[in-house]
Amino acid sequence: MSRLGGRLRWETAVTALLVAVFAGGAGFSPDFANGDNLSFALDDLSEIALIALPMTLLVVCGQVDLSVASILGLCSALTGRLWDAGLAIEMIIPLVLLVGVGCGLVNGLLVTRLGLPSLAVTIGTMTLYRGLAYVTLGTGAISEFPVAYTDLATSSVPGTPIPYPIALFAVLAVVTAIVLHATGVGRSLFAIGAQEDAAYFAGIRVKRAKLALFVVSGLVAGFAGVVYTLRYGSARADNGLGLELTVIAAVLLGGIDFDGGRGTLGGVIAAVLLIGLLRNLLMLNDVSTEVQSIVTGLLLIVSVLTPRLIAVAREARGRRRGARTAAPAVVP
Amino acid sequence: MTIRLRAPRRPAAVATAGVLALSLAACGGTTKDSSSRSGKGASGGTASADPNAPLKKGLKLAFLPKQVNNPYETIVDEAGIAAAKEFGGEAKEVGPSDASASSQVSYINTLIQQRHDAILIAANDENAVCGPLKQARSKNIKIVAYDSDTNPQCRDLFINQASSEEIGRSEAKLLAEQIGQEGEIAILSATANATNQNTWIKFMKDELAKPEYSKIKLVKVAYGDDDDQKSFQQTQGLLQAYPNLKGIISPTTVGIAAAARYISASKYKGKVVLTGLGTPDQMRKFVKDGTVKQFELWDPKNLGYLASYAAAALSSGQISGAPGEKFKAGKLGERTIGANGEVILGPPTVFDVKNIDQYHF
Repeated sequence: MSRLGGRLRWETAVTALLVAVFAGGAGFSPDFANGDNLSFALDDLSEIALIALPMTLLVVCGQVDLSVASILGLCSALTGRLWDAGLAIEMIIPLVLLVGVGCGLVNGLLVTRLGLPSLAVTIGTMTLYRGLAYVTLGTGAISEFPVAYTDLATSSVPGTPIPYPIALFAVLAVVTAIVLHATGVGRSLFAIGAQEDAAYFAGIRVKRAKLALFVVSGLVAGFAGVVYTLRYGSARADNGLGLELTVIAAVLLGGIDFDGGRGTLGGVIAAVLLIGLLRNLLMLNDVSTEVQSIVTGLLLIVSVLTPRLIAVAREARGRRRGARTAAPAVVP
Repeated sequence: MTIRLRAPRRPAAVATAGVLALSLAACGGTTKDSSSRSGKGASGGTASADPNAPLKKGLKLAFLPKQVNNPYETIVDEAGIAAAKEFGGEAKEVGPSDASASSQVSYINTLIQQRHDAILIAANDENAVCGPLKQARSKNIKIVAYDSDTNPQCRDLFINQASSEEIGRSEAKLLAEQIGQEGEIAILSATANATNQNTWIKFMKDELAKPEYSKIKLVKVAYGDDDDQKSFQQTQGLLQAYPNLKGIISPTTVGIAAAARYISASKYKGKVVLTGLGTPDQMRKFVKDGTVKQFELWDPKNLGYLASYAAAALSSGQISGAPGEKFKAGKLGERTIGANGEVILGPPTVFDVKNIDQYHF
C-alpha cells in the first residue's frame, strides 16, 4: 500500500532487491545459486518464515507479538523434556502445540480483556515463557530425536531444493495471503489496524479478531519450536533466542506499516527471502558477522525511513504547490 | 467501505491445524526407546591410512570457533592458520558473533559449499552441529574438533587441550591449596552446555569428593555464558549470596577475567581466592596486583598448531582417525591418536607472579 514516488510500490522495490541479490549472488559467487546451497539457506529460514505469517497479520492489525521466540524456546524445551520422559513423538507434538496455543491465549486475553498494549504484554510474556522454558529443561540439552523426524525437518522435497518446512510455509503463505487480501476477514484486519474505533463502530469484532490472531501466533510459534528442535536435533531452553527481532525486521522490511493498516504479505515473503539470501551470500563471501549485522540493520532503517521521507517530501511539495496556486488570490 | 462480519482468520487456522494433523497421523508411536540409535562410535575414517603419504599442498582449512572475537579462540585459530602456511596450505577463521547452539550450523553449511578440505570446530553444542558435520564428512571433508568436542560420531578427531581429568583435578587442587583445604567455594563456568567446561567440572567435583577435601563445600555452579558482563554480574551475585565464600574456580578465560575485574575493585580482594583457566595477557595485571595468585592454561598456540597438522594429516591420507595411528605435528613432534579419536596436547602450565612475564598470549 505504501507507495514510493509515483507508482512504485514498496514491496515491488523489495522484490526487485531480492532479484538483484539473487542475480548478483549467482554472478559473484559460484557456490551461491546451486541447489544444495539454496536448500541450506531456505532451511535456515524455516522458523523465521513460519512465524512471519501470523506476525504479518498481527502488525497489519496494529499489534505485535514479541513473545514468539520464547514460545518457540518453551515448546522446544518441552519437546525435549517429554521425549526424554519416554513419550511418543506423535503424542508430544500435539501436546506442545496445545501449549503454544495456551501461550498465545494468555497474550490475547491480556491484550483484549485488560486492554493492555500488546508491546508491553508480550515483552512481559517473552521473559515469562523463556523462564518457563528454563524451568522445563534447566540449562541442559536433549538430543537423539528419531531420525525419520529430524530428516523431515532438514531434507528437501524430492527433485527440488525446497526443504519440507519451507514447503509447508509455502502452503500456509498461500492460505494466509488469500485470507488477508481476498476475504472480508482480511479487510477487517486492515480496518482494525487503520482505525480501531472506526472498525469497532463499523461492527467488526475487534477483540475477537485480536484474540484469534494471538492464538494463531502462539500455535505457529509452538510449531516452529518443534521444527527448530528437530532441525538441530537439540532441545534447549535457549533455542531461538532473539529470533523475534529478525521476524519483526522482515515484517517491517516487507512494507507492513508498524502502526498497522497497510502492507501486503507478498512484501513480507520477499523480505524474509531477502534477509536469508543476503545473509547466506555475505557468509559465502567471508564477510564478518559484525558487517552482516550492520547490513541487516541498515536495510531495516532504510525500510522504515524511506516511506516516511517520501511522505514528508510529498507533503512539502503539495504545500508548495498549494501556496503557488493560492498566491494570485491574495495579491489583488 | 463494506466490512463483512465473520470470525477472523478461521479458514487459515483450520488449514494450519489440518496440515499439522495430517503430518501427525502419518505414523504410529515413536518413542525414545523404540527409535533406533546408532550407538557405534563411527569416529574412524573409512579410507585406509598410508602413514608415509606426504602432506598435500594447497589444502583449504577453516577454523570455526565457538564465537569470533573470543580472545582465546582467536589465539588458537591464528596459530592454526600460521601452521597451515608451514605445510603450504591456506586456512581462515569464520564464525558467529554469539555462542549459541545453532549459530554454527549455517557456517558449516557455508564451508561445505566453499569446498574446504577440512573444518576445525570448537562446538557450542555437541549435537546441534552434528547433522551438517555428517553431511560434510559425506563429501569427504575432514572434521577436527578442538577445544570443545562434538558428538564423537560427527568428527574424525578431537584435539584435547589436555586430558579433561587432569585439568579438572588440577584446578580443584590449585584452589584447595590456596584456601587451606577448607571453606565454601563456587564455580563460574561458561554456558551450561559447554562440553569441555562440564567435563572439567565433573572431575573437579570428583576430586573434591576425596577425604582430604572433606571440609570444602561446593555451594554453586554459576554460568556467565562466556559473556564478560554476565560473568561480572554472576561473580557479584555469588559473593553477595554466599558471604562465607572462600574461593571461585572459573574454568573459562572470559569468566576468570571478569571475576578478577570485579574482585580486584571490591572488598573481597585478597580475601576470596580466584583461580581457573586464563590467558597470561588478560590476567597479568590481576596477578601483579595480588587479586589472583595462580591460574593455569595449556598453550593455546600449540593447540591451534596441532589441530592444523592433524587436519592436514587426515586430508592427506596419513591417518584415518583410528586409535593407535601416529602423525608428525611439525615442531611438536609425533602424536598418537588415543581412544575415542582423541589426540592430547599435553599437561597445562601453571602461571604465577614469577613466570607470567615469560608468556605473551
